[in-house]
Parts: sequence; C-alpha cells; structure tokens
Amino acid sequence: MQFFFEVAVSGLLSGLMYSLVALGFVLIYKASGVFNFAQGAMVYFAALAVVGLMDKGFPLWAAILGAFVVMIMVGMATERLVLRRLVNQPPITLFMATIGLAFFLEGLGPLLFGSAVRAIDLGIVDEPIMAIMDSIGIGISKFDLFASGMVIVLVALLALFFQKTKVGRALRAVADDHQAALSLGIPLQHIWAVVWGVAGFVALVAGLLWGSRNGVQFALTMTALKALPVLILGGFTSIPGAIVGGLIIGVSEKLAEIYLPPVLQDLFGGNFGGIEGWFPYVFALLFLLVRPEGLFGERHIDRV
Amino acid sequence: MSTNMKRHGNEEVLPPAVPIACPEALRTRHIGGVVLDLQHISLAFGGVKALTDISFDIREHEIRAIIGPNGAGKSSMINVINGVYHPQNGKVFFRGQQRHSMSPSRIARQGIARTFQNIALFKGMSVLDNIMTGRNTKMHSGLLSNALWWGRARQEEMAHRHKVEEVIDFLEIQHIRKTPVGRLPYGLQKRVELARALAAEPDMLLLDEPMAGMNVEEKQDMCRFILDVNEQFGTTIVLIEHDMGVVMDISDRVVVLDYGRKIGDGTPGEVMTNPEVIRAYLGTAAEASEPTLGV
Repeated sequence: MQFFFEVAVSGLLSGLMYSLVALGFVLIYKASGVFNFAQGAMVYFAALAVVGLMDKGFPLWAAILGAFVVMIMVGMATERLVLRRLVNQPPITLFMATIGLAFFLEGLGPLLFGSAVRAIDLGIVDEPIMAIMDSIGIGISKFDLFASGMVIVLVALLALFFQKTKVGRALRAVADDHQAALSLGIPLQHIWAVVWGVAGFVALVAGLLWGSRNGVQFALTMTALKALPVLILGGFTSIPGAIVGGLIIGVSEKLAEIYLPPVLQDLFGGNFGGIEGWFPYVFALLFLLVRPEGLFGERHIDRV
Repeated sequence: MSTNMKRHGNEEVLPPAVPIACPEALRTRHIGGVVLDLQHISLAFGGVKALTDISFDIREHEIRAIIGPNGAGKSSMINVINGVYHPQNGKVFFRGQQRHSMSPSRIARQGIARTFQNIALFKGMSVLDNIMTGRNTKMHSGLLSNALWWGRARQEEMAHRHKVEEVIDFLEIQHIRKTPVGRLPYGLQKRVELARALAAEPDMLLLDEPMAGMNVEEKQDMCRFILDVNEQFGTTIVLIEHDMGVVMDISDRVVVLDYGRKIGDGTPGEVMTNPEVIRAYLGTAAEASEPTLGV
C-alpha cells in the first residue's frame, strides 16, 4: 500500500506538469477558439531562450526575464503577422497557421540560441525531502514540490484574472462571439495579443520546469502531445479541467506502468514495457466515447 | 418575395389576434437634429447587391424603424451603421462629421450599441457578466492593474457593478442575475441582450428584431422597455421589426426597404398608405384582395 501511494503521489506531481502545458492550450482555445498546435514549440522556444541567454553570460534571473520579454514579443508578433490577417476565417485555417508557426519556432529557436542539449539549473535539487520521507515514508522530491507550487499559484492567478477582471471578461467574451464582442467596443486585436502573451508566459514556466528536469532539447515539443489526452479529459475550455485532467493522466499512467504489465502478460503473454507512453492516449480515447465534451467542457446544445 | 411574406403573413403582416398594447407613449420628449445621416449607401457582396443607393437620416431621440420583407437589406443597413460592413459607395455622417470606415469597436466607443437578430450573448457566462461586458468601453483601468487586481481596477469594478445593477432593475431581470445565459428561455435572452447594450449607456441603440420569436406578453414587455429607454434616457433607437402593429405603434418615422432599395420613408401613417410599400408587402393589387397593412 505504501508503494501504491508513492506511485500515486509521483503521478500527481508529474500530472501537474502536464497540466501546465495543457493550460497554454486552454488559454488560447478559450479566447480565440483555435487549437494552438504551436504550444509545444513555444515551450521549447522559451526554454531555449533561457539557456541561450545564460550562455551569453546572463545570470538566471536575467535570462528568465529576458525570455519572458521574448515570449511576449513572439505572442504579439503572432497576433500582428498571422492572426490579424486571418480574422473571420474558419478555425481549421487558424489551426493550419499554428502548425506553420510551430515549425517556424522550432527552426528559429536553435538558430538564435543554439541547438546543443543543455540543462537549466534552477538551484532546486531533485531529491526526496527527508522530513516527509521519515514521517509518512513517501518520497517527494523537492523539485516536484516546488514545481507543483508554481503550477498551483499560476493557475490560481489565471483563474482570478479570467473570472474577476475586465480584461478577463473581455477575453471570455471574445472567445464566445467575435461579432458581439466587437459591437461592445472590445478590441479584438488587443485581446488576442494579451492572450498570446499570457500563453507565451505559461509556455515559459512550462519550459523552465520541464527543461530543468529533462534538459532543454527538441523532445520538449513532444511534451505538448501529452497535453492532448489531458485536454480531452478536462475539456478544451476549462482551466480547472486542465488541472484535474493533468492529475488524472499523471496518476493513471504511473499506476498503469506499475500494475498493468503483469495483467497484460497473463492475458496475452509477451513483454509489456513503456505503458506510460501510450496509456494516456488509449485512456483518452475511451473517455471520448463516454463524455466527448470532457469533464468540465461546455456541452453544446443547439437550438433547432 | 411576396409569397415569402405571406407565409408568415398571419403573425407579421396582419394585425395580431391579441393586439399588442404598446402604451401610446406620452410624447413629451423632443426630437432633435440629425445625428446620423446616410447618403447614397451601396453595398454589394461579390455580385449580390445588398443595398443600392439608400439615403435616410436618423434624428436625435427618435425611434426610427427599418422595415421590409425578408432579404430586403435591413440587417445589412444596421451592419453598415455599426461598422461591420463598409459600403462600397456612399457617405455616412455622424454628428455632422463624415465617418470613414471604422471598426465596430471604435464605433461602439462613439456611443452606438446594438443587439443582434440571432441572439449573440456569451453563452457560458452569467447574466451579470454578460451585462458587465457592456461596460467595457467605460472602463479604463490598464492591463497591469487588472492582472494584479489592484486599487483602480477593483474600485472601477465596484462602480460599474453598481451601474449594471441599475440596468438589471430597469429591465426587471433581478431574479436571473447569476444564471448562465445559455439556460434562459429565448425571450429572457433577448432581454439580457438589451441589458448588455444598455449597460454601455449608448446615445444610439440599434435593435435588430428585438421581438422576433416572442409571445404576446413578452412583446408587450419589450415594447414598454424600448419606449422607457427612449423616454427616460433620451436614447435614439433604430429598430428592425417584423411586427407591423408594434412598428406603427412606437416608431416616429419608418424607412421601408425592398430588394436593397428604399421604397418608402416617413411617419407610420405616410408609409402605410404608400402604394409601393403595400405592393412590396402584399404583392400586386390583383394578388392581394384586401390591403391590410398593420393596424
């Protein structure tokens, strides 16, 4: 039982990291109805910017600040150069544009900041906290705890921002109905620039955490794919959904990795490793059959 | 087109079975000068001509109706006024100054609010939040203070919330304040949409079929609200409506469009006796035995 909990907790913590990436998708989807394929590339780009600036001799805090400015600029440039020209186009067109953006960023990042695999050292060691280990016997790494704390703070701030402020309300309004939002004097361009800026910031946080755990490398763009099952579970429009979805995926994949292989081996024979790699997708697929709009997604009921 | 109109002629062209009692307003308000002057407006989408050489004006504090059969170009006209469409030809003068093509959000900031033919509320948001978005043009706190939910943004939110409560009281929708609009019945959604437009404290209000799909009781309420808005706040109202009884009752002047052209303009009385208008609505004299137009 002890072991079970240890696995579950490590799943929860890594789940929060998935949530973080999923959050970037949700933000943009909420505000512009676009599935931003480039979110993974933005995470990679942000992490590259940090290590790139550190290579140039900046201290960590300055590099993070610099990367923040870079990400805001990427967001605003995307709005100005790509989205502004595609207002009122069908979502699939915008989606295609974000695929283009993803390739562009994946190319530009290494060009500007170098492509060698580097690590970000946030100065937090990735080892179990002894106090917790001693008292309840579950190993929780300091880094995981720090990362989770970051995610929780970030999510709380974003939720407040969306629910309680004028800008947040305008964001939701734009997401719901462009025409109506415009007729109320909400400037679409301005709102989109803000959203892409915020998504860039979330990508930066994700890039920092993932980059310091796995190293800054091209594989970071793949973390974005793990966000897909999270989104299917949580719903594309819900910030709490992204969190809960991330937690469920994190826990279920870790538990499946440990407990599923013996069962599968009994059933089919052969060797079952790396379940972690495909389990979330299968899980999401099954979930789609039951509840296509996700746990927290908005169910669409059309008046006929 | 005439057959099209006749199809729903029963409820829209002929007087309704139960007359809608729009209280003949105490016309104490005084109609001012021209606020919006549209001159020779033409609008085409590719080869389709939506509006052809249309000119009319809107005076301050009046209720100006735009009527016409389906596809006559009424909504296009509203969309031109509100900046969604930019006419290929013609000039728009707003408060005496020529207005060049401008985005709808800029126009909203000039004090023109609108509602939509197919309700365009933010479905996932509560009634209160929907109406709060109407205050957007009046709120000036910056992004940073918003993000930090700081002094100014917070005070501003409170002040505007107060104003929104007034609108809610005015339209008698206190009981649904916190309900997500998607769950409300159609008639109430229309009312919330009006509330959102009113929250902007507009000088001019464009209403695109505010009573479509409503029952008699709801229509009476809406009628009363429109008149009250006009009387109490002096708001200029531009109204598209199919219910002739309502139009004739509440509007000061009526523009009639057909196939994108203007075929009549004047007081309800003048328009009703205009032979071209009667023809557009009821087909040729031979087709229509009895010219019953409205009241």
